[in-house]
Amino acid sequence: MSVELSRRDKQLLDGQHGEAAQMAMRILIRMAEVYEATELMDVSQAHIDGCGLLSESGLEFAETLAAKGAEVSIPTTLNMVPLDLQNWRRFGIAEDFAAKAIRQAKAYTDMGCIPTWTCAPYQGYLTPRFGQQIAWGESNAICYANSVLGARTNRYGDYIDICAAITGRVPECGLHLKENRKGQILLRLVDIAPAIMQSDTFHATLGHLLGSLAQDKIPVIAGLAPEASSDQLKALCAAAASSGAVALLHAIGVTPEANTLAEAFQGAEPERVIDISLSDLRKSRCDLSTAGEGANLDLVVLGCPHFSFDEFRELAKLVRAQTEKGKVLHPNVRFVVISCQTSYALMQRSDFVQVLTDFGIEITLDTCPFHTPMVCPDTKVIMTNSGKCAYYAPGELGVQVVFGSMGECVESAVSGQICRKEAVWEES
Amino acid sequence: MGRILIGRPVVAGSGEGVALVSKEALSFWGGVCPRTGRIIDRRHELSGSIVTHRVFVFPQGKGSSTSSAVLMESIRADVAPAAIINLRVDPILALGSIVADELYHQAIPIVVLAQEDFFSIKQNDYLVIEPDGKVLVGTKPCTK
Repeated sequence: MSVELSRRDKQLLDGQHGEAAQMAMRILIRMAEVYEATELMDVSQAHIDGCGLLSESGLEFAETLAAKGAEVSIPTTLNMVPLDLQNWRRFGIAEDFAAKAIRQAKAYTDMGCIPTWTCAPYQGYLTPRFGQQIAWGESNAICYANSVLGARTNRYGDYIDICAAITGRVPECGLHLKENRKGQILLRLVDIAPAIMQSDTFHATLGHLLGSLAQDKIPVIAGLAPEASSDQLKALCAAAASSGAVALLHAIGVTPEANTLAEAFQGAEPERVIDISLSDLRKSRCDLSTAGEGANLDLVVLGCPHFSFDEFRELAKLVRAQTEKGKVLHPNVRFVVISCQTSYALMQRSDFVQVLTDFGIEITLDTCPFHTPMVCPDTKVIMTNSGKCAYYAPGELGVQVVFGSMGECVESAVSGQICRKEAVWEES
Repeated sequence: MGRILIGRPVVAGSGEGVALVSKEALSFWGGVCPRTGRIIDRRHELSGSIVTHRVFVFPQGKGSSTSSAVLMESIRADVAPAAIINLRVDPILALGSIVADELYHQAIPIVVLAQEDFFSIKQNDYLVIEPDGKVLVGTKPCTK
């Protein structure tokens, strides 16, 4: 099968725009064959995930492109970098690791990418608009861009993202096309008490369940509260894109392509209808933890995906409530919040930065504990309010994990032991 | 040698090895260590197994978009599977193999099989993958 190329595509492939663009076009055409797409199409914005993981091959790929003179042709934001660019020494990062990570970061900024360094690009600079054709990497961001913003991207993996940014082209297929964005399975929330729906852990719990039920299908949720915040939808998307391959979800009355059931399914019938009960959610919540109540806590990680200004403010409120009672961070517990420069800059203009730092909270920007070696090897139990972090931590960090609300994380950090308020989840 | 299965060569190439079979999807990032080839996803049924030089048979990828980077790095470090057989095309895994090919001229073949053929492969079958997507299924050759 062959891919039909435009005149400019052919010029790129022939090397008329340089060796880097030629390599990028070659990869795109091979990927078009994988997707069984017959032509390429324009995208007007990209988000690069390939800058996050530090590996010999990833560094070599980026430096090869940069050395061949690659330049992005569309506005392109950057995901995480493998260290906190300003404060990496404070986090005990080895010099040789840092040197390579900084080289990798430089290769991407040399190509003209915008140094946003965040996995929550939809909450910061250059947020895509409804219907915009984009090429985004980073599973949580892909899901959020498609679902919440109504922009259109496929699930782009590391390294095709920069190829799309250089050429401004992607294979024409999948979620770029309206007909492929219709819902496939219907998930109905049945008799879920408002107290559960409003609980801080609800959206990540639902997302975790959704990913395992939907796998790579497009799920449509009926019964989600319309007032869901950006941070709650972020938690939902991040969890669903970890336990499954969810790149797009619809929520009736919440997301922009799902004002009605008929709109979400584009007039078609769902392939399957699944009712979600409280007991399903309870099971999903349990499945996110591998350690239990009373375990000694070593580390709290918040900000996966990156903390927003609102989340910082919420955390400051919880911390202030503790310090007013004379409570302090337990000496055996480390408390880390990961975020990006944009949210941090806003926070610096507020009055609560010191509340957090005085309590002993470490704020790290640009990166995350999965990509920068900042977690001590003797760390055994971590706690997080993120479904994504809870999903990956046991494998990536070799730790036990407990999933709980932000408030429960703060309480546990003070007591030094896992404590969660189970009441709301126990009542039937 | 036994049966021949006809698949779609998502990334064309030759490879052979002992089948490592799972019915569960897997995210390579957070799921496979690119330095050792070990499956590190504690929630996965094959957690602890080594994918290196095996023909890794699992329905599809999921999760992280960094999975392509993990596959490419594992190919560079020579701890990757000899080949991958999936039930559904996973563009992110295909990408990892294609970029490894562009950078190092080293790719691993990825083949997608129809449901019945996919589920006919048993743990430890010996599989030979051909560039046109054919999969020869036999038993393990005597190597002792």
